[in-house]
Amino acid sequence: MTTTAPVEATTDPPDPVAAQGPLGSALTLALGIAALLALAATYALGLALPDTVEQGGYARLIAIHPGLAWASYVAFGVTALASAAWLVPRTRRISWDHLAGASAEVGVVFTGLTLLTGSIWGRPTWGVWWVWDARLTLSALMLAIYLGYLALRRVPSDPEVRASRAAVVALGAVLIIPINHFAVQWWRTLHQGRSLAQLTPENDLDASFIGAMAVGFLAMTLVYAWLTVHRVRVARLEDADAEASLQVAIVERRAEAAR
Amino acid sequence: MWRDALLVAGKDLRIEGRSRVALNQVLPFAVLVLVLFAFALDPDRGVLERAAAGLYWVAVLFSALLAVQRSQAVESGDGTADALRLSGLDPAGVFLGKAGAVALQLLVLEALLGVGVVVLYGVAPAGLGLLVVTALAATAGLAAAGTLYGVIAAGLRVRETLLPLLLLPVLAPVLIAATRASETALSGVSSGVPAGSWLALLVTFAMVYLGFGVVAFGPLLEDA
Repeated sequence: MTTTAPVEATTDPPDPVAAQGPLGSALTLALGIAALLALAATYALGLALPDTVEQGGYARLIAIHPGLAWASYVAFGVTALASAAWLVPRTRRISWDHLAGASAEVGVVFTGLTLLTGSIWGRPTWGVWWVWDARLTLSALMLAIYLGYLALRRVPSDPEVRASRAAVVALGAVLIIPINHFAVQWWRTLHQGRSLAQLTPENDLDASFIGAMAVGFLAMTLVYAWLTVHRVRVARLEDADAEASLQVAIVERRAEAAR
Repeated sequence: MWRDALLVAGKDLRIEGRSRVALNQVLPFAVLVLVLFAFALDPDRGVLERAAAGLYWVAVLFSALLAVQRSQAVESGDGTADALRLSGLDPAGVFLGKAGAVALQLLVLEALLGVGVVVLYGVAPAGLGLLVVTALAATAGLAAAGTLYGVIAAGLRVRETLLPLLLLPVLAPVLIAATRASETALSGVSSGVPAGSWLALLVTFAMVYLGFGVVAFGPLLEDA
């Protein structure tokens, strides 16, 4: 093919990676460092917690387990808000769809980790890895619903159509969050109640647990934000890459036709 | 909206009346599921009788999946989807009509399947009033959520495999609530949560998805 005339340089599509700038900005770097620092603080505070009478060392899971659950709520909440922003014609931008998908992906990871740490916690304290009570069942349902959402997003179709369908599913799916959050109050379950509503800050021991848990919340939120920002960036790059390959293909076909 | 709903429901039911897909395929499938449960669980130890309510609603759930797929399939061939869009019918009416037709078919199926449970599983029918109310509320929820997710999956090449993944987790609350309420009706004693709460959950679920469908069906129909 060396005999064909080279395509003019001006028709070359821009390199999608170069067009996006370097790997993130100073802001995302700061976010990443903050997330890692908070994670390290959670680790240190969590290990420093004393053994408790009922649960021994396993009570230290309070530093990460509620934080993970919280981050999954945040993730799915952001997915719902971004989906709503997509559905409203005035604010319709494809970046909302990117954010919705990215946030849901990270949320599914956090939900999976919540179930995993919950299982590890449940085995020594309840004697079983899994029980069919309201909180656990609803969390598993939440995971299944958002796996379905991600499966829907993976189906190849027109980006705008896919975004609308996914947005409707996301708005329906987010209803499970309030139900799950208050499930421990509405039904009698094995899972303990909402932790922050139960602990008393006056008690010194409780205060150290609250502290570890609060730092855990912060750390998981920062990690969530960091991962989501970068996932959105990857989604943009994927779009730009698809667009660029299309342009390349068009240029090639034109070159063939001109031959 | 209501007139359009009646038109669409009438159309879907006429198609069913002529093609008999639900009667000749979905209903036998549901009965088959009941028989398979009997094969899988040891029928001699009263397991079936104790689990009858749950097994019955699982069979209904699977049938609802087929009914929804059928309801969308009649809109997929010969450009009927475009015809529906161009017809000028209110999208909310189309949603209610399609959901209504699915609900009616499911109610007939549930009644016949109930006879099957009595005969095959040796369940003594009791608390008929509560059973009927449960079935009505659960069916409204199944049809509404099913029709909404059905149109989301419609037109995709992978719809047969995607729809169960999308729909079954969403319908799980209906399965749980309908099973508990039916158990209460059959045994006459409530285990923990009274049947009224489960009924309230079923009604709330149906209302939420009916409302959601009425609002969301327009944009979805345009895209499909």
